[in-house]
Parts: sequence; structure tokens; C-alpha cells
Amino acid sequence: MIEAIHVYKEFNGKTVLNDISFVFEQGKTNLIIGQSGSGKTVLMKCLVGLFPVDSGQVVFNGRVFSEISYGEKKKIRQEIGMLFQGGALFDSLSVEENVMFPLSMFTKQTLEENRERANFCLKRVNLENVNKLYPSEISGGMKKRVAIARAISLNPKYLFCDEPNSGLDPTTSIVIDNLISEITQEYQITTIVNTHDMNSVIEIGDKIAFIYKGQLWWQGDKHDILHTDNKEINDFVYATELTRRLKGK
Amino acid sequence: MKIITPLGQYLLLMRLVFKKPENPRIYFKRIIQEIDSLGIDSLGIVAIISIFIGAVLTIQMAFNIDSPLIPIYTIGFATRKSVILEFSPTIVSLILAGKVGSQIASEIGTMRVTEQIDALEIMGVNPPSYLIFPKIIAAMIINPILILVSMILALFGGWLSGELTGLLTSSTYVLGIRFAFKGFDIVYALVKTVVFAFLITSISGYFGYYTSGGALEVGRSSTKAVVNSSIMILLFNLILTQLLLA
Ligand SMILES: Nc1ncnc2c1ncn2[C@@H]1O[C@H](COP(=O)(O)OP(=O)(O)OP(=O)(O)O)[C@@H](O)[C@H]1O
Ligand SMILES: [Mg+2]
Repeated sequence: MIEAIHVYKEFNGKTVLNDISFVFEQGKTNLIIGQSGSGKTVLMKCLVGLFPVDSGQVVFNGRVFSEISYGEKKKIRQEIGMLFQGGALFDSLSVEENVMFPLSMFTKQTLEENRERANFCLKRVNLENVNKLYPSEISGGMKKRVAIARAISLNPKYLFCDEPNSGLDPTTSIVIDNLISEITQEYQITTIVNTHDMNSVIEIGDKIAFIYKGQLWWQGDKHDILHTDNKEINDFVYATELTRRLKGK
Repeated sequence: MKIITPLGQYLLLMRLVFKKPENPRIYFKRIIQEIDSLGIDSLGIVAIISIFIGAVLTIQMAFNIDSPLIPIYTIGFATRKSVILEFSPTIVSLILAGKVGSQIASEIGTMRVTEQIDALEIMGVNPPSYLIFPKIIAAMIINPILILVSMILALFGGWLSGELTGLLTSSTYVLGIRFAFKGFDIVYALVKTVVFAFLITSISGYFGYYTSGGALEVGRSSTKAVVNSSIMILLFNLILTQLLLA
């Protein structure tokens, strides 16, 4: 479980996160949704400690992140898997080496065991026969999937995914959504996903935080979101012709 | 005033660089890779420059020492002194600051702007140590070897130009090269080289690590890395010469 408690964050006087409090639950796929530029990425980076919060706290299973020692922080981080919005693959390493990286860094397994695990993870994101290629040699969507494979290679306790299916076709998108949702339940991971893809919201949103103008505007789950009166959330959900038609509006 | 903040930031970064590594085996592998990419890859340029400068040095010495009172072997002697004391350790280090410094700053800078450093951090790796430490150690190991190679090739270049221009005979040149040889000169040169290697890699690592923005800033960081490590090499050259030779 990860708690955000009254989190504020500003950049050069411009408030991006304004008093965000939310509980991200274990074993659930927690979604952060909102328009582009609403602060989803910033919130995620505050949660993992890449941005220091201006005030408020982030608590990992009872441990206040800003108050623990450097060593403890590193311990927690070894339990985190994170997918960056841009992938952030190591471009000097091949696809396989990227996925093996956390394994060889933090486990005592043999090279063969690591390779096996890496291949297993790559298979789960529908990637085969690209092991020896370098990040510059694969497509944007493939990069994203390699990054997901890398994020789950160590069986994380906390999984952060910043827009896991932007840039993916609908079929692959669903594969990735299902993968995230499956491993979350299977390994009781605390999963946090940033998205503005309505399909993901309806498929996997166990718990949803809607960020609007830097504030937590609405929260609920994939069922509530279709039946709320909140104007901003309805504008968001029914932004496309497709969703409007489905609702019969 | 403006120098204080970067200096403090640099020192804090160095503290992180020299923290205990998460996985010594991986760091060892990284050092070997860096020896290859920072050192072995620089052999070509070091060799070419050394041969040419050695050749030019000998010719200039020959023209400057144009007096019947000074023995001809002085040409070889003076060439050797300049090569060992100054040319190889300092000038070659400056060239390496250009090549290796920009390489390091742009590599680490690119990793910064594409969030690869954030990714390392999130995994629980200590990025300064993982990225910069192996480069510092590798350069401190391989640069002295490069400099020794440079000395040998520069002296060879001197011999070659003496031969080709007929300014002095082989045996006179060799006599000069061996005349009043002091082993300490080599020690002095290598001490300087090791210090310069540290300066180049740590300063370039610093500028790469604190890149912010995009591709444009990566280019800027790499220029800053080269300029600042060159200036520091010149400054420390002065200090070390005073300390070791005075
Ligand atoms: N490092 C930074 N420095 C200054 N401002 C920043 C920084 N990072 C983000 N911001 C600002 O914070 C706001 C929120 O950005 P953020 O990246 O969190 O949006 P987002 O919700 O993730 O959008 P998207 O869906 O497009 O990824 C933006 O207005 C952006 O300009
Ligand atoms: Mg974002």
C-alpha cells in the first residue's frame, strides 16, 4: 500500500499538485487519470521520490519515504518496478540485457537463470526474437514493452507504469493491460498506472484517481466512473464519439 | 561566488561516486568495458599526435641549438626532457580531455535527459557510482599506459625525423636520449597523468550528470566538460610541477 498525504508540488511558482491525498491499494490496479499536462507524471515521480514533494508525505507500507535513510530508500527501490513514459531503456544495452539488468544487479542467480527469466518476461509482453537488438533498432511500442518487461523482471512489490499503452495498437494494448492486471492480483502488487486511455480505465481500473487542475477531483472505480454526475469526469470519459455512442448520448 | 555552488555540488557528487558499490562484480565488468572504450579507443589518436610532435620537437631543437659550443646530442636530450616532462603527460592529457571528456559528458548527459539515470535510481542503483566510478578508475589505470606509449612513440618520432632530415645521426640521438636519465622524471609524469585522468573523468561526469533539458543541453554540457577539465589540467599542472620538481 502506498499513501499520498496532502502532497503539494510546484515548479517555479506554478502549482502542479495541489493537496493530493490518495491511498493506492495493494493487489489492486490503481489508476491515475487526467488530461495531458494535468500532473500525472509529476505525481508518479513524487510517489517514487524522483521529485521531492514541497509538502506532504508519501508512505510506503507505513514507512514515510522522506524520513527514512538512504539505505532504506534503496531497499524500497529494489522492490519497485517502473515504466517511464519514454521507456528509458539503457541504449548501450541490448533488449535482453536491459531486461536482465536488474536481475544481474540484485540477484545472485547465474547468467543462464537471468536470461531465462528475461525471456519469460519478454514473452509476457508479446516480444520474441528481438533479444539481440538495441533500443535504437526497435519501434516505439516495442520499446515500451521492453521497458515493461524490465519493470516486472524482479517481481516488484510496487509497480509504476506511466502510460503503458500509449503508442500501442488496440490488441497489444489489451495484452499489456491484462498483463498488468494479472500480475497485480497474482503477486499482490501495489500497482499504479497513469493513463488517459478510456479502454484501460474500464478494463482494469480497480481504483481510480482523477486529477484535474492539480487536484484530486474525483475517485472511484471502473463501475462508478460510468455513473457519476461529476461534469469534468464526464467530459473526460465521454470525450470521444465512440464512448458517447456506447452510452447512447 | 558563482564557482562555490558548482564546486560544492561536484564534491557532493564525488561522495556518492565513491560509495560502496551494490554489486562489485558488475562494477569490475564496467571498469573493463571503460578501459576499452576510454583507453584502447584513444590509442590511435595518441599514437599519431605523439609521433608527429616528437618529430617536430627534434627538428626545432636542432634549429634552436645551433651553436658549436653545445654538443649535438643535446638535441636528443632536450627532446626527451620535453616529451617526458611536459608533452606526453600534459598535452596528451589535454587531447584526451577533448576526446574522452566530451564522450563521457554526452553519454551521461544523454542518459540524464532520456530518464535513464532516473530509471537506475528507481531500481535502487546508485547512479553516480554506477556511471562515473568505473570511468574514473578505468582512466586512472589506462591513461598512464597511454602516456608511456606516447613517450615511446614521441621519442621514436624524434629519431625518425632526425634520420630523415639528416640533422643528427641515430647514435647521437640515442646518446642524447640516454644522457643523464632520471627515473624520477617518469614518476613525475605518471603522477601528473593519474591526477589529470581523475580530473578529466570526474569533471566530465559531473557536467554530464547535471545536464537538464534536452539534446541541446547535452551538447552544451559536453563543451563545458572539455573546457573545464582542460583548465583544471593546466592549473593542476602548475601546482604539481611546483610540488614535485621545485
Ligand atoms: N521538471 C519540470 N519542471 C517544470 N515543470 C514541469 C516539470 N515536469 C512537469 N512540469 C509541469 O507540470 C505539469 C504536469 O506535467 P506532467 O508531465 O505531470 O503531465 P501529465 O499529466 O503526465 O501529461 P501527459 O498525459 O501528457 O503525460 C505540466 O504543466 C508541466 O509543464
Ligand atoms: Mg505524463
